[in-house]
Amino acid sequence: MTEPLIRITNLAKAFGSLPVLRSVDLAVRPGRVMAIVGPNGAGKTTLIKSLLGLTHPDAGAISFAGVEVNGADAYRARIGYMPQIARYPDNLTGSELLAMLKDLRGATARLDEELIELLELEAALAKPLRVLSGGTRQKVNAVMAFLFSPELLVLDEPTAGLDPLSSRILKDKILAASASGRTFIVTSHIMNELEELADDVAFMLEGRALFVGTLAELKRVTAQPTLERAIATMMRRGWLTEAA
Amino acid sequence: MNTLLKVLKYQAKDATRSRWLLAYAAFFMVVTEILLRFSGDSIKVQLSLVSVVLFLVPLVSIVFGTIYLYNAREFIELLLAQPVNRRQLYGGLYLGLTLPLVLAFVCGLGTPFLLHGSDSSAIGTLAWLLSAGVVLTGVFTAAASLIAIRCEDRLRGLGAAIGVWMLLTVVYDGFVLFVLAAFSSYPLERAALGLMMANPIDLARVSLLLRFDGAAMMGYTGAVFLDFFGRGYGMALTAAALALWISLPLLFGMRAFERKDF
Repeated sequence: MTEPLIRITNLAKAFGSLPVLRSVDLAVRPGRVMAIVGPNGAGKTTLIKSLLGLTHPDAGAISFAGVEVNGADAYRARIGYMPQIARYPDNLTGSELLAMLKDLRGATARLDEELIELLELEAALAKPLRVLSGGTRQKVNAVMAFLFSPELLVLDEPTAGLDPLSSRILKDKILAASASGRTFIVTSHIMNELEELADDVAFMLEGRALFVGTLAELKRVTAQPTLERAIATMMRRGWLTEAA
Repeated sequence: MNTLLKVLKYQAKDATRSRWLLAYAAFFMVVTEILLRFSGDSIKVQLSLVSVVLFLVPLVSIVFGTIYLYNAREFIELLLAQPVNRRQLYGGLYLGLTLPLVLAFVCGLGTPFLLHGSDSSAIGTLAWLLSAGVVLTGVFTAAASLIAIRCEDRLRGLGAAIGVWMLLTVVYDGFVLFVLAAFSSYPLERAALGLMMANPIDLARVSLLLRFDGAAMMGYTGAVFLDFFGRGYGMALTAAALALWISLPLLFGMRAFERKDF
């Protein structure tokens, strides 16, 4: 078995007295698409933000490519992030935003601007970001995540707010990048979508990763034919164990 | 340092295009122009502008700054997901907010004087007036960054921003007046100087007014102040106090920013 690209051990985080992550263990192997699923407030976004260094965990460790992250900055050059909310400086244009990211990351030889073309964003990128619709901003977000051909892409609800065609284009892009060896961490509330994309699933509930394994394993363990049914079963079961 | 400059570049680009900032510059331009047309005496115009600057610059800097940083929340998250250092990012955000405000203020107030032409004595006091405005901008954007980073809730943050401004503009003066009146039978010049140091707006006001000839009208206290601020150590102390007013909130803000969970 290959060395995991990301290894999260014993991660814990509380906001005030409210525990959001309780001892999460998770490993993502390179080239895999890991789906993080769970109800609202399960700790998915906090987990992602801890991985990116946006949130400081109270305990536990995160290592990226074998090196513990621990407050470093440089490892983020190897990650592309597509946040859930797209709200950027009102008076900058999309092209300026992309230029800024290029500036910040330094010149990269392999810029992946394919999505600009596929999503037909050229005209929109010339306009100030405040006049763009939510869906268009979400497309700009997607472009930013893929731009630097990063090893790991972290996508938080990538298709939320996208029209069916754009959503299809983005999913095909994810599948193609995954086939060429990129690693993904994806959250979504649309199980059918994850069914198509994911190799592995982490099911989170109330700050714990109750199941981490392959999609096939999850279906086998729950004896369900689809991811949606499997997760529904897990949620019922999870709540039962929580209550006990 | 590199990251700081890059963040500064794009943030300043965004802020200088803000309509509010344009309105701010236009306001100073219009007021200065009108005053110059009616009076023609540059010094008198500058004296009138002192109150406008001391009132408006802190208010706009702290309110605009707080709102701007709250609105930049998701943008900051995006930047933090890049390989950037938090300290440098914070520096870039602060300067990217402060420099456009400074630019708007200096251009707005300076341009009419430039167009009308002033004699050399008026240029000196104009430089003092502009410097005071620039320093106050720096003080109150530093306070705005601290508030916007420490306070999760926008409404409370905005309330705190206006509260700080009110405290330093209105309440503090009332307190000083009360102290001076209550202890009027004691020699209070030194105490008054101390009280002055604790409020950047008062500090700016006194060191500004003393640049104008009108300072002679301020009586015995005025003479003590004139003596103090005229000397090297008084000037140094004033500069140090103002530097503290910028660097302390900035340092606390930076520490909070480094530890903050987004």
